[in-house]
Amino acid sequence: MSEASAILVLAHRDFVKLLRDRARIVADFSFPLIFIGILGTTLQAGFGDKSDVNLLGFVFTGVLGQTVWQSSAMGLISLLADREQDFSQEIFVSPISRYSIIFGKILGESLVALPQALGILAFALILQIPLSGEQLIRLLLAAGVVALFGGAFGVIVLANLGSQRAANQIFPFVMLPQFFLAGIFNPIQNLPLPLDILSKISPMRYAVDLMRDAYYGVTPQRVELFDASTNLAIMGAMFVAFMVAGTFLFVRAERNR
Amino acid sequence: MIRVEDLVKRYKKAEKNAVDGISFQVKAGEFFVLLGPNGAGKTTTISILTTTLSPTSGGATIDGSDIVREASTVRRKVGIIFQRPSLDQNLTAEENVRFHAVLYGLYPYAPTYALMRREYRGQVEELAKLLDIARDIHKPVRTFSGGMRRKLEIMRSLLHDPKVLFLDEPTAGLDVPSRRTLWEHLAEVRRTSGTTIFLTTHYLEEAEEADHICIIDKGRVVSFGTPGEIKHDLVEDYVLVDAADRSGLRDELARLGYVTSGGPPFKLQLDGHSVHGMLRTIETPLTVVKTHTPSLEDAYLEIVSRQSE
Repeated sequence: MSEASAILVLAHRDFVKLLRDRARIVADFSFPLIFIGILGTTLQAGFGDKSDVNLLGFVFTGVLGQTVWQSSAMGLISLLADREQDFSQEIFVSPISRYSIIFGKILGESLVALPQALGILAFALILQIPLSGEQLIRLLLAAGVVALFGGAFGVIVLANLGSQRAANQIFPFVMLPQFFLAGIFNPIQNLPLPLDILSKISPMRYAVDLMRDAYYGVTPQRVELFDASTNLAIMGAMFVAFMVAGTFLFVRAERNR
Repeated sequence: MIRVEDLVKRYKKAEKNAVDGISFQVKAGEFFVLLGPNGAGKTTTISILTTTLSPTSGGATIDGSDIVREASTVRRKVGIIFQRPSLDQNLTAEENVRFHAVLYGLYPYAPTYALMRREYRGQVEELAKLLDIARDIHKPVRTFSGGMRRKLEIMRSLLHDPKVLFLDEPTAGLDVPSRRTLWEHLAEVRRTSGTTIFLTTHYLEEAEEADHICIIDKGRVVSFGTPGEIKHDLVEDYVLVDAADRSGLRDELARLGYVTSGGPPFKLQLDGHSVHGMLRTIETPLTVVKTHTPSLEDAYLEIVSRQSE
């Protein structure tokens, strides 16, 4: 019970910090809206209208998955920010499990990422992307799973990094290739073998594919690569691996200076 | 309460040990001071004892619990006030306190102050009043002065009723009134709860009140004892004397077999003699007689200068 409370209070802190940072809220919303509004619309005008595919919906689901996943992953940099602002010592001197601390941070950054999902969904309605109530609920549930998964990925990336600066330098290298390997804007069904292997080991691919399944799963169109249960199983296994290894490495780096 | 045995810490890529085989004990309820110059290993020692840093070798127990094998139990037993304030500037004072209280399992989580249990709200109100921050308890910490932040940290660190309270140079950067208020409150804490206080400090007057002092330098213990014992062991007792007839006085002191150094005025080592007894034997008319009462500061400077030689 006390571990659950501790996880909630850790998550609460990150969410409260978001609500009090208006500049961050504006910045968080701008990027995905530009992607969907400009890239999605131009793709639809250039290619989608000539074929039978709704490219605006394709890009919308891709960007939704990528935004939530990436926001949560990069949000974990706050672990390093806490260290630099001398607050992590208050957290790490407490008697709760180190896994609870890391999970609390993942949950907190997931809560921070979800309002962005709501913003993107609202924007999708403005752009008149077809969206039923059932799709809306499926997308929100998928966004919750994707956010948690992204957070765990964030932990493993920054587990051995010493500073926010290092994390901000490393993350673009880890994220940008996945934009294309995960198929946010481009189909990835027929990739050459080396790229196909890289795509299959890109965690973002499964986040985006789960989102596509949530959207297209109730339509006759088949855009997703795997069904939901396969994506969930792969993401679940990766989540456990990232979370356990990430916590171990982060705590070891914190104590064995 | 605290037992430290042959504790060693060498940081990664460091050529020397930051803590180099120190051992000492602290009894329950004591006011214990770890004293030393910058880089002596004080913060490293506190970090190891509060389990946020792994020792390279050696070990320590707190209230019978091993700091490595039973780290979680140790964390429940200790409170700590870090050298640099560890408050979240984005949260209010009460939110910082609530964060700590829930993290330590004292109360279940609730998203707002109003939804927290009545006992919690009562405890916060009482402590805020005691520390004179009741009016500001719901204001963001970033609006607080250095003194108010320290008070808030003390309030937070005592919430879970720790057996040992570690304070790592807590008064650094505080003005005199804030320091005085802080020490009055800590004295009250000791009186009412019997909490063991483990302090590192640069201010020697704060160490004068200690039950025991451990002086460390370059990671090693160079002196341990009560303030009185340290002064007695390390600072020479002497009397300064001078006379109009200085050469006569010098010859007479040599004839009497007294150990002198420097001068004029001449530094006359007491070596167990009483000041009165020595002065009675001197016949040269004296113009200066100055006795020297050693302070802890003298002892500290003596130790540090010996180490650097």
